[in-house]
Amino acid sequence: MIDEIPKEAAQMLSFFPEVRMVDVWIVLTATATNVACALVGCFLVLRRMSLMGDAISHAVLPGLVLALLFSGSLGIVPMFLGAAAMGLLTTFLTQTLHQYARVPSDASMGVVFTSLFALGVILVKKFVTGLHFDVACVYEGALEFVPFAEPILGLPRPLFTTFAVLLVNLLMLALLWKELKVSSFDASLASTMGFSSTAMHYLLMSLVAVTTVASFEAVGSILVVAMLIVPAATAHLLCDRLGTMVCLSTVIGAAAALLGYIAGRWFDTNYAGMITVAVGVLYGLAVLVSPRYGLVSSIVRNVRMSLRVIRDDLLGMLYRVEELAGEKPLSSAQARRAVGGGWLAKWGLAELVHEGRIENRGDQLCLTESGREAARNLVRSHRLWETYLVKHLGMPLDHVHAPADRVEHYIDDRLRRELEAEVDTAAGDPHGREIPE
Amino acid sequence: MDGFSLSQKVMIGTALLGGMSGVVGSFAVLRGRSLVGDMLAHAALPGVCLAFLLLGTRNLLGLSLGALATGLVAIATVTVIVRWTRTKEDAAIGIVLSTFFGAGVVLLSVIQKPGVGGNKAGLDQYLFGEPANMLTGDLYLLGGVAVVVLAAVAMLFKEFKLVCFDTDFAQSQGWPTLWLDLAMMAALAVVTIVGLPIVGVILMAAMIILPAATARFWTNRLHILLLLAGALGVAAGLLGSRLGHDLPAGASIVLTASTLFVVSLLFAPQRGIVARVVAEWQMRRRINREHLLRALYELGESRLPKIAEIPVKDLRSYRYWNPKSLDRLLQWAVGDDLMKVALNRVQLTPLGLRRAAELTKTHRLWEMYLMQQANIAADHVDRDADETEHLLPPAVRLELEQQLEEAGRLPHSVIDVPQSPHQLESSSETEANNQQSQP
Amino acid sequence: MTKVAFEIHDMTVAYYRRPVLWDVDLTVPEGKLVGIVGPNGAGKTTLIKAALGLVPLASGKVEIYGKSYAEQRHLVGYVPQRESVDWDFPVTVRDVVLMGTYGRLGWFRRPGKAEREIADRCLEQVDIASLANRQIRQLSGGQQQRVFLARALAQQAQLYFLDEPFAGVDAATEGAIVELLHTLRSNGKTVLVVHHDLQTVREYFDYVILLNMRLIACGDVDTTFTPENLQKTYGGRLTLLDEAAEAMRKREPL
Repeated sequence: MIDEIPKEAAQMLSFFPEVRMVDVWIVLTATATNVACALVGCFLVLRRMSLMGDAISHAVLPGLVLALLFSGSLGIVPMFLGAAAMGLLTTFLTQTLHQYARVPSDASMGVVFTSLFALGVILVKKFVTGLHFDVACVYEGALEFVPFAEPILGLPRPLFTTFAVLLVNLLMLALLWKELKVSSFDASLASTMGFSSTAMHYLLMSLVAVTTVASFEAVGSILVVAMLIVPAATAHLLCDRLGTMVCLSTVIGAAAALLGYIAGRWFDTNYAGMITVAVGVLYGLAVLVSPRYGLVSSIVRNVRMSLRVIRDDLLGMLYRVEELAGEKPLSSAQARRAVGGGWLAKWGLAELVHEGRIENRGDQLCLTESGREAARNLVRSHRLWETYLVKHLGMPLDHVHAPADRVEHYIDDRLRRELEAEVDTAAGDPHGREIPE
Repeated sequence: MDGFSLSQKVMIGTALLGGMSGVVGSFAVLRGRSLVGDMLAHAALPGVCLAFLLLGTRNLLGLSLGALATGLVAIATVTVIVRWTRTKEDAAIGIVLSTFFGAGVVLLSVIQKPGVGGNKAGLDQYLFGEPANMLTGDLYLLGGVAVVVLAAVAMLFKEFKLVCFDTDFAQSQGWPTLWLDLAMMAALAVVTIVGLPIVGVILMAAMIILPAATARFWTNRLHILLLLAGALGVAAGLLGSRLGHDLPAGASIVLTASTLFVVSLLFAPQRGIVARVVAEWQMRRRINREHLLRALYELGESRLPKIAEIPVKDLRSYRYWNPKSLDRLLQWAVGDDLMKVALNRVQLTPLGLRRAAELTKTHRLWEMYLMQQANIAADHVDRDADETEHLLPPAVRLELEQQLEEAGRLPHSVIDVPQSPHQLESSSETEANNQQSQP
Repeated sequence: MTKVAFEIHDMTVAYYRRPVLWDVDLTVPEGKLVGIVGPNGAGKTTLIKAALGLVPLASGKVEIYGKSYAEQRHLVGYVPQRESVDWDFPVTVRDVVLMGTYGRLGWFRRPGKAEREIADRCLEQVDIASLANRQIRQLSGGQQQRVFLARALAQQAQLYFLDEPFAGVDAATEGAIVELLHTLRSNGKTVLVVHHDLQTVREYFDYVILLNMRLIACGDVDTTFTPENLQKTYGGRLTLLDEAAEAMRKREPL
């Protein structure tokens, strides 16, 4: 085990008294794995091929066994070659089944990878007796043993290999960025531009296969699937640009590695599993709080809109009451009831009073100057829309009030100006009332 | 039941499982949900662990209920993700599959801690199954589940068929499509989970997909598909567990199923690859022979009723032939007594002439139809006529003749073939067209 | 006094909060052959789906012979667009047509001799009786359309909705379908057809609905299918409507 901590690192680590070199190696390995997976995983997710990641991570098994048998050792290079070969074979068989035998694409993936995996299991049981090849270990990985692996260039072997793969993936992305981008977005367009989409596809799948195998030793195969898909899917929820998405997914992967490890140590459970759970939690958080697409922000937006509608309704109602001179001013209870009541109405009214748009004089509500102006704009929008509906869309008179009621809240200054340009305001609204300035 | 030996129990168990998976898997495959079985199999792990931790049970029923619970949660999660977020269905399945499994691995490590009562064999068994652990009670469970699931499928056959084929239409008729969909998924979940301890995770996923995909090659009727998929599943179960005595049972069952798949893929009568290749080759051959006959007829038409001897080189310049295939065509036609070849000249026999005349008549009828009914300009006609006429079944030909007869344009004698429509144009174009029709 | 077969009151339909049909209000009397016409994206398919309860209404209501769709399902036949279905599905032509009888059969019952006879009769009506045992993938576009039509006929309805039945169909099939629709009309049925070819509207239909995100006009072909109405349907700028719709979708003013 590499347990000599360099001085600089020791200084940093002194802030975390509990941290040992073991931890550092494990976290680094997990991070390298996650980042390497996230880099290719983004494209899998965007191309809707997430499950190919799952498929390939299982289908590589016979390739590994064959590599073992031919090379006689568990060396890295034959393993990678075996994996890449199986990746290509899986891709080829899946495509062929789908295109020539007309098997639906998800079924062809399933047929191919389960058969190959079964083949692999049998090969393992029949031929791999001498060496320790615990297939279950392949599933859950062995992060715990990483620091005790033989060092290559000062790094534990699993860290070395995953880091190497990470660099290869980065290189590929850097070289082929625009090709990957175009072919992920529109495969046929890419082909017409001269970037063979098929070649891109096969290349991507080979990278996935190699990344998968490199990660087996560390996190096991199912958890590789998580690292391929989940950080990328999480990043997808948080941003709209490909470059940002790739960067964000690597950050999320790294975060999951760290958080998962800490949790694993805290609860004393399997690290790889914990990292997977961590990344799942991050995805869940993104679903809830993503600023643009999250559930929470969606709810917040809904509530804000409802509040706005109620405020507008209150202002509009008071304005119309004023217009019909001689009407008694409304009390706050009457007003609230008229716009639907409930806590939202209370809140809306309170806000309007607080902002100085409505005055409450002895339980008689009236508009202030700023309130009147806001109300005027609203009523203007309403009547402009009604006029538009009647004059330009030919809707019958008795049908325009309800739609205008719905739409008026969404009409802002710009839309109002456009409506004014379209509509002749001199004659008043279709009901004959004046359209306020 | 207790009188059965272990290997008999394993056979019955795997047969039951294979049959159920085939039937339930058919709907999954038809709905594009093949990999949901894989997902359910992985998502079951945390449920199994929780059941063990909370109930301290190792009983198959208890563990299965735990697995079913998390399986259903997994299905619900995927549905929610797909409905409420940008994440697409394949990614959603992958996310749920891997994170649930990760949670399961964590729980398993908790179970395996000394003092909790589990053992290392747990994950192995879960992943690969261990039919040898099958108890008689488990067989009863399998049998019970099989009866319920198959009865449900039988009762709801037309409802499932309708929802799978055309959801909108089903909804417009008032069927609760969402619930029916959930019922199909629930059946899938139950079968998957009950099979896990026997064949393990990956291999359960395979049993959902393989028999159904295999059966699809053999039939176009849904109820036969279901029966066949069930039968294939049973066969794979029985054969696999028998053949693989020193091999892991699950893997040998799957490989048996895969072999059946490959065999069907290649040799199934209509949809198999071999059948399709042969059918296409036969059609090509037939088309080429018909081109040959028609070419000979047209080259010798002006000299009728005397049957002309056509030099082979005229044939070659009349129409493009692959040199070698022309020789083979000629040989074949001679063998069928349609023509005679001597000194590089070809002459139709009376049989051949009759056949050639019929073909030419059909071709010209079709040309006429295209020109008059489908508004295609005269000089486009030949090419279209060349291709589609060969796909005309006899019934359609008869119809065309009838129509043209009613229009007063059908010649009656077989030898009396209508003039090529190319000459129906004005005389000034006739020259050009004549040149054109003899390339 | 002709009964009103189909009526829509102030209906607005939104996809993901964006209104695609605004405040549609129309009446279709019984026994008419109605063409629903408008540019792409005008909401024609949405209109039908909303009537059949396949998409939720943001506001308004739909009535079939004065009652809601849910109560009158047995009176309605539906021919959806051909692309909506997986033609590789392992069913034969007769299987598909039999599906039209499922509504009346109810839960668990299997189609029996009576249903098969209905199906065979419908197959004959659309002239594909010889294809009854063919798997649907082996059919041409026109034949597939006839299968869908036969299925709707098997529903034995009073009111039929057809979504683009003439799309991608050969001339002979189109003629046959039109003839069938005319027969239905002379039997007192009401038929609404989403149609994309303006040239044939006068020839095929006696009633027309002009739609472009809102109702332009609805009435007898002679009085309603006029150049000005067509201009309004196909030529109008709808930027304001679009912008308002977009604002509503985002749930905030622009």
